[in-house]
Amino acid sequence: MTAKSITKSTVIRYSYLLLIIMKIIILIIIGIIGGTFGGMGMGGGTLLIPLLTTFGDVSQHAAQSINLAAFLPMAVVALIIHFVKKRVVPKYALLIAIPAMITAIPSAILAIRFEGHILARCFGGFLVVLGVWQMYRVIKIKRITNNE
Amino acid sequence: MTNKINKKQKIIAIIGGLAIGAVNGFFGGGGGMLCVPLLQQGMKLEAKKAHATAILTILPISVVSLIIYMIGGHLPLKQGAIISGGVVAGGVLGALLLGKLPSKAVGIIFALLMIVAGGKLLFF
Repeated sequence: MTAKSITKSTVIRYSYLLLIIMKIIILIIIGIIGGTFGGMGMGGGTLLIPLLTTFGDVSQHAAQSINLAAFLPMAVVALIIHFVKKRVVPKYALLIAIPAMITAIPSAILAIRFEGHILARCFGGFLVVLGVWQMYRVIKIKRITNNE
Repeated sequence: MTNKINKKQKIIAIIGGLAIGAVNGFFGGGGGMLCVPLLQQGMKLEAKKAHATAILTILPISVVSLIIYMIGGHLPLKQGAIISGGVVAGGVLGALLLGKLPSKAVGIIFALLMIVAGGKLLFF
């Protein structure tokens, strides 16, 4: 009885639905992983972008945009907490943000003009450099604390 | 607490700022990873203040960059909203875990992940 009522199209429809649900779950998990590193004060975004392009079926440009967008709500909440605890030094932020704004605009325009696969390759190089540097910093700090 | 900024620090901040903007605009992230050490080593802020101030520094740059990416038609809203939800949840989780996990081990894992992911993008 039931076997007859399940037609081919309903199977296709349900497997399609399942696929979408799985994709959503994968995206949420990727977000949680990236966010966790971010919340621990490490560059969560630098990991979120390759996770999205590798496992989330997201283009390099879209992953970069999503990273920028996902940073905003986190930043606002974190800033409120940090302001209350008087940890923010606005004078320093301003001093760095103004020159940063001057270069951010042309480089973002350059990025959206790049082809996705070339941008991804540049990003890969950037990640390796950051990773090696991060490793050096972690090990160096470890050594200092060991000596004390 | 906040000392007067001397001329050398001003120059470091401006050069660092130019580099941070270029990187964050082009790669859509990573500015914070440069900004924190700049504030710590260059501007002599303590770690917690450096992290907090880095967020305020990166915020306007990210907004401007995002607007440009959006004009380029690169922000998928649905996917973005789903992932942002995950990121916020992860952010809370990370903040709670902070201090409970061995930070050096996490730092090394994080660095390794970056090198592996970067190598994959670079060569494959």
